[in-house]
Amino acid sequence: MNETVMVLIRTFGILAALLSVGGLLIWLERRLLALWQERYGPNRVGPFGLLQVVVDMVKVLFKEDWVPPFADRPVFVVAPAIIVIVTLLSFAVVPFAPGLAVIDLNIGLLFFLGMSSLGVYSVALAGWASGSKYSLIGGLRSSAQMLAYEVFMGLSLMGVVMQAGSFDLARIVEAQQDTWFIVPQFFGFIVFLIAGIAETHRLPFDLPEAESELVAGFHSEYSGLKFGLFFLGEYLGITLISSLVAVLFLGGWQGPWLPPLAWYLAKTFLFIALFILIRATLPRPRYDQLMAFGWKVCLPVALLNLLATGAFVLLKG
Amino acid sequence: MLSILKSLWTVLVTMFRKRVTIQYPEERPYLPPRWRGRIILSRDPDGKERCVACHLCSAACPVDCIALQAAEDETGRRYPAFFRINFSRCIFCGYCEEACPTYAIQLTPDFEMGEYLRKNLVYEKENLLISGQGKYHGYSFYRVAGLAVGGKDKGEAQNEEKPVDVKSLLP
Amino acid sequence: MFSVLSVKDMVTIYIDSKPYEVKPDQNLLQACLTLGFDLPYFCWHPAMHSVGACRQCAVKLFKDEKDTRGRIVMSCMTPVAEGMRLSVDDAEARSFRASVIEWLMLNHPHDCPVCDEGGECHLQDMTVMTGHVYRRKRFPKRTHRNQYLGPFVNHEMNRCIQCYRCVRFYRGIAGGRDLNVFSCHDNVYFGRHEDGALESEFSGNLVEVCPTGVFTDKTLKRHYTRKWDLQTAPSVCVHCGVGCNTIAGERYGSLRRILNRHHRDVNSYFLCDRGRFGYEFVNSEKRIRSATCLPFSASGGKPHGEESRKIGKQAAVDQITKILASAKGVIGIGSPRASLETNFLLRKLVGPENFFAGLSDTEHRLVARIVAILREGPARTPSLQDIRAADAVLVLGEDAPNTAPLLALAIRQSVRNKQFEIAAKMRLPAWDDNAVRNSGAGARSPLFVATPYATRIDDIALRAFRADPVGIARLGFAIAREIEPSAPELPLAADGTGQDIPALAREIAAFLKAAKHPVIVSGTGCLNEQVLAAAANISRALCLAGPSAQLSFVLPECNTLGSGLLGGRTLDEAFTRMQDGLADTVIIAENDLYRRAGRREVDAFFRKARHVIVLDHLRNPTVERAEIVLPAATFAESSGTLVSSEARAQRFFQVFLAEGDVQAGWEWFDDLQRSMGKQPPGSETRLDDVTALLGREFPLLAPASSAAPPASFRVAGQKIPRQSHRFSGRTAMTAGADVHEPKPADDADTALAYSMEGHEGAPPPALTPRYWSPGWNSVQALGKSPQETGEETNSGESGVRLIEPTGSAPGYIGPETIGSEDWEATVAPPRYRIFGSEELSMQAPAIAEMARRAEDIPRQATGGNASHE
Repeated sequence: MNETVMVLIRTFGILAALLSVGGLLIWLERRLLALWQERYGPNRVGPFGLLQVVVDMVKVLFKEDWVPPFADRPVFVVAPAIIVIVTLLSFAVVPFAPGLAVIDLNIGLLFFLGMSSLGVYSVALAGWASGSKYSLIGGLRSSAQMLAYEVFMGLSLMGVVMQAGSFDLARIVEAQQDTWFIVPQFFGFIVFLIAGIAETHRLPFDLPEAESELVAGFHSEYSGLKFGLFFLGEYLGITLISSLVAVLFLGGWQGPWLPPLAWYLAKTFLFIALFILIRATLPRPRYDQLMAFGWKVCLPVALLNLLATGAFVLLKG
Repeated sequence: MLSILKSLWTVLVTMFRKRVTIQYPEERPYLPPRWRGRIILSRDPDGKERCVACHLCSAACPVDCIALQAAEDETGRRYPAFFRINFSRCIFCGYCEEACPTYAIQLTPDFEMGEYLRKNLVYEKENLLISGQGKYHGYSFYRVAGLAVGGKDKGEAQNEEKPVDVKSLLP
Repeated sequence: MFSVLSVKDMVTIYIDSKPYEVKPDQNLLQACLTLGFDLPYFCWHPAMHSVGACRQCAVKLFKDEKDTRGRIVMSCMTPVAEGMRLSVDDAEARSFRASVIEWLMLNHPHDCPVCDEGGECHLQDMTVMTGHVYRRKRFPKRTHRNQYLGPFVNHEMNRCIQCYRCVRFYRGIAGGRDLNVFSCHDNVYFGRHEDGALESEFSGNLVEVCPTGVFTDKTLKRHYTRKWDLQTAPSVCVHCGVGCNTIAGERYGSLRRILNRHHRDVNSYFLCDRGRFGYEFVNSEKRIRSATCLPFSASGGKPHGEESRKIGKQAAVDQITKILASAKGVIGIGSPRASLETNFLLRKLVGPENFFAGLSDTEHRLVARIVAILREGPARTPSLQDIRAADAVLVLGEDAPNTAPLLALAIRQSVRNKQFEIAAKMRLPAWDDNAVRNSGAGARSPLFVATPYATRIDDIALRAFRADPVGIARLGFAIAREIEPSAPELPLAADGTGQDIPALAREIAAFLKAAKHPVIVSGTGCLNEQVLAAAANISRALCLAGPSAQLSFVLPECNTLGSGLLGGRTLDEAFTRMQDGLADTVIIAENDLYRRAGRREVDAFFRKARHVIVLDHLRNPTVERAEIVLPAATFAESSGTLVSSEARAQRFFQVFLAEGDVQAGWEWFDDLQRSMGKQPPGSETRLDDVTALLGREFPLLAPASSAAPPASFRVAGQKIPRQSHRFSGRTAMTAGADVHEPKPADDADTALAYSMEGHEGAPPPALTPRYWSPGWNSVQALGKSPQETGEETNSGESGVRLIEPTGSAPGYIGPETIGSEDWEATVAPPRYRIFGSEELSMQAPAIAEMARRAEDIPRQATGGNASHE
C-alpha cells in the first residue's frame, strides 16, 4: 500500500517536474539565444521575463484549435500526443538519483531506444495527416532521418553497455563510480550526442521542419494546443537526450559534495545549454549532407568504437 | 570539425559583449529624417496642397493601399478630391515618395501608430495633410510646369517665353 | 498564328541580318511593327498612312550584304522590296531617333503629372523607347495659349510635337473644316481660327489620334482616372444602329470614358462624338437604383414620386409574381434599345402572343420590310469596311451623318477610292498619303445624296437631291428603271414637281452601273416604306445588271434589327387589346412609350392598365406612370447581345457591378420566371443559357450565341482580367467604408474577371478589354495586338453576321404593294440631329450642351458641289 503511494507520488512528481521544465525551457531557450546574439530576450513579463512562460502557455492554450478541412482528422489529432507520450514514457527508466526513478527496469536502455523510435510515428503521421505537401515532405524527411540515426544511436550505446555489463541505467551509473564513460567511450559519446540532436530534430538537424523551405514542415498545419504539444515534445526530447548523456557518459548523479540530484540536474542543464548553443551557432546542412554524414561518418565511427570496445573488454576480461 | 568548435566558441563568448537592444519605451532611438514611417501630404511654399492627383503614388504602391480621385478647381489646379491611405496595409516601402513628382507625399520618422481598431488606420486627406513643406523646401510643381493655373498664366512658369503670337508671320 | 498568305505573296527582307517574310504592299515601318520590332513613330497612323513628317522612324538601309555604311531612311516612307537589308538596332539610327525625340521635347511643358494623357501617352512611350531622359537645352521654352474647343475636347497646345496627325484626321478623314494649322516656322499652332466648339461630329477622335496630350477627353477630365486604374471591358455602342465596338472604363462605380475598340469591319479606328461622349447617361442623376413600388395602382395617372417607396429586389419580384398570377391578361412590351436576351426573356415570360416589339407602328412596319428585303436579297448588307471599299454610293433618304455617323464617315472614306485608283495607276503606294492626295487632285468616287434636308456629306457628293420622301422614292424607282427596264415605276407627281428626276436618275444609274462595288444606303429616316422599296429595287436592278450591289439600311437604335428579327406584335395592337379589356397588366422593358406613340394614346393605355411594371435605367415619362419600377442595368452594368443595322450580332460585356438592386433586364425576367415556377428554383440561368435557348427558338438568331467566346472560354486556363496589371488602390478603395476588403466578384456570365489576375496576353478581339503591350501604354498599343500584326486567324473578328441574302425575292417591290400612307407625304419628314435625336445620350451633359448649341445656331451644311480641300 505504502509502496504504491510512494510510486504514485514519484511518478506524478516527476511528471509535474518534467512538464514544468518543458515549459521553462521555452523561456530558457529564448533567453540563452538572446544571450548569444547580443540581445536581451524576453525580459518584460515578471522577474527576468520568467512569466513569459505563463504568457506563452496562455497564448497557446487560447488559440483556436483548428483542424484543416483537408486533414485526416483522427490521425491529425492523435499525432502530436504520440511524441509527448513516448518521450514521457522514456523518462520512466531514467534514474535521477539513487532510488529516484519511476521504474528500475533491467532493460532500461532498450526501453528508451524502443520508445524513442516510436517518436518517429508522431512526426510521420502528422506529416501525412496534414494533407499538405510541405507537411508530407517534412514527415518523409523525418522518417528517413530517424531511421538512419536510430541505427548508430543504438550502436553508440553498446560500448557503454559492454563496459557496464548491464542495460539497467542505474547499474550503468553505478559502473561509472571511478571513470565516467565519456573517457573510454568518447567516440560513443560524440556519436550519441549527434544522433540525439538528430532524433529530437533540433537545429542543425531540423530538416523535417526547415522553415525556409518547408514552412515548418510536419507541423505547418498545426495550431493551438496541438502545436503546443509538438513544442512540448521537442523540449522534453531535449531534456531526455541531455539526461541520458548525463546518465550514460557523465556518471549520472555521481559527484562529490553536492547531493546526487543536484549533480544530475547540473549535468543535464549543461547539455541543454549545449543544445541551445548549437542552435545559436550552426547552420542547417543540406538533406543529402545530413544523410551522408550519418551513414558515412557516424555509422563507421560507431562500429569502430564498438569493435574497439569489444576488443578491450575481451582483452581485459 | 574544428571550425564547428571555433564557431561554438565564438558564439559562446558573445554573451560577454554589450547588448545591441534598445529598451524602447524607456530609451528612444534616433530616427534620421529620411526614416520611412507615417506618410504625410505636404504643402508648397505658398501654403497650397502640393498633391496634384497624378495617381503615380497609387500606381507605385506594391500593396495598393493608396486610393485617390483627381479633381480640378475653377482655376485649373488639380488636387485630390479624396486621398486615402490604408495604413493597415501599408508596408512603408517609400515607393510612393519615390514616385511623387511634386514632393507632396513624404514619409516621416514616426512609427507610433498603434490602434485597437483597424479602421482607425485608414487615413483620409484631412489626416494626412500637414501645414508645412516637410522635408523638401521651396519646391512648387506649378511654378515649373507649363500649365496655366490660378494666378499663373502661360509663359510665366520657370524658363518660359511669353506665349507665341500665332498671327505674327515674322521670322 | 499561321499566315493566310502563301510564301509567294510575301517578300523577304533582312532586318539586322535576319530574314523575315513581309507583305509586299507595305512600308518598312508597318513591316517592322508587324514583325514586333519596337520602332518609334509619331505621324504614321494605320488609317492615315505615312507622310514622313516627324522623322522619328529612322532605320538604316544597306545596299547589299557588303555595304557596311548604309544610309538612314525614314522607314514609313520606304516601300519594302525583295532582299532589302536594313538595321533597326544600328547605333547611328538609334542615336538619330534619340536626337529627334530630344528636339521634339525641347519645348515640352513638363506637366505629365497633371496631363490627362499621362500613362497612356505615345510621346511618353516613344521617349522611353529611345532613351531620352534629360533636357540639355537651357534656353526658355516656347509657349502657346490654349483654345476653348467645346464640351468634348480639351486643348493644351504646349504639349504639341507638330506631327500633324490632328489636322490630317480632322480635315483629311473626317472632312471637318474648322481645325487647321496656323502661324509659321517653330510657332505652328493647331487649333481653330477662334475659340469655339469643334464642328465635326468626329472631333472626339482627336483624343486618340493625338500622340500626346494636346487634345484630351474633357468629359474624362471631370472624373479623371488614369488608364491603368480603369476597370474596362469590351462593349458595343448603344447610341445608334451601327454597333461600333468600344472599350468602356469604370472607376469607383461610375463610368469614366469610352475608347474605340478596333473592328476591321465596323468602326475600324474611329468613333463618333455621340458614341464616345454619350456614355455619361450611365452616371446620370436620373438613374433608377432601387426597385420601387407605389402602394396603390398607377391608374390614377397623377405624379406620385413622393409616394413611391423602395421595396428591394425580392419583394418586387414577389409582388410582380402576385400581380401576374391574378392578371386578366398580360402585355409585354420590349424595346429596340434593350438586348436580345432581355427582349427574348420578356417574350418567354409573357408568352409569344402577348409580346410586343415596342417599336412605333411606322417603324415596326419599316423594320419588318427591311428584314424581308435583307433576308430575301439579292443584295447583301455591307459592313462598314465594304462601304469604305465602295466605288459608288447612293444615299437614298437617310441623313446618315446624323443617324449613323460612322456610316457617313465610311461613305466619306469611300469617296477617296478614286484617288487610290489614280494613284495605283501611277504606281504610287497606297500608304503614301500626300502622294495619293496630290495625284488624285481632289478626284472623288461618285456619291449621290438624296435626302429631304441638307446633310453634312453633301460637300463630297457629286449631286445632292432635295425632295420629300415620296420624291426621293420616285427618284429611286426611276434609277432602278434606268438600270433595268423591267423595274416598276412610281409615276411622277401630278403637280409637276420633280421634273429633274429623270435626268438625274439617268446620271446616277450610269455611275452605279459603271461601278464595281456600288452601295445603296437607305434607312428608316424618312419613315417611308416607298423609299425602302426604291432602295431594294435599285439594288435588285444592279444585281441583275451585273455589279454586286450592296444595300445598307440605317436603323435608329442599337437593337432595332434585333427587335425586328425577334418579331412581336405592333404597339397599336397592344393599345387595342388594353382598350378592349383583354389585358389589364403591362410589363415594359427599357422603353419610353411616349417616344413611340402619341401622348394621348399612351395616356389612354396607361389609364386603362391596372398594373404597370416598368424596367428601365433612367426616369422618363413612362417610368412616371409605373406602379412597380425595376432598375435595369445599362450596357455598362450588364452583358448581352445587340444586332446592328448590318445584322451583325455583337456582345457587350459588363464593365462593373451595379449598385443597389440594379441588374440586367434578362436577369429580372429570369427571376420572375423562376418565382412564377416556370424555371426550376435553385438552378442558375446564365447569359450563355439564354442565348442558347434563343438560338433554339429562333434559328436565325442561333449564331448570336457565338458573337463572342462563351463564359467557359479560357486562355491557358485563365480568364481575361478587366483590370490592368497596374490597377491601383485595391486595398484602399473601399477602406473608407469598411477596412475589410471584399472578395472580388465572380462573373459566371462571361469569360472576363473582375480582377487584375488572369491572362496577360492578347485575348480574342471580342474579349479585348484594353490595348496594352510592354512599352506601349497608349492606344497605339493596338498596333501590337494580333488583329493588327496579322497573327489572328482562328478567333477572328468579334461579332457574327446573322443574315446572308437567300436570293429568294420573287421580284421587284411594286409601289402599289405598299400601304397608302406612304404614297403621299402629308407630314414633314423628321429632321435628325446627331446630338439630340437619341434618347440616352441626351442625358450626358456634354452631349446635351452640344444639342442646346445646335438649337441656338443652326448648323448649316454646305450643299452642292463644295470645293475640295
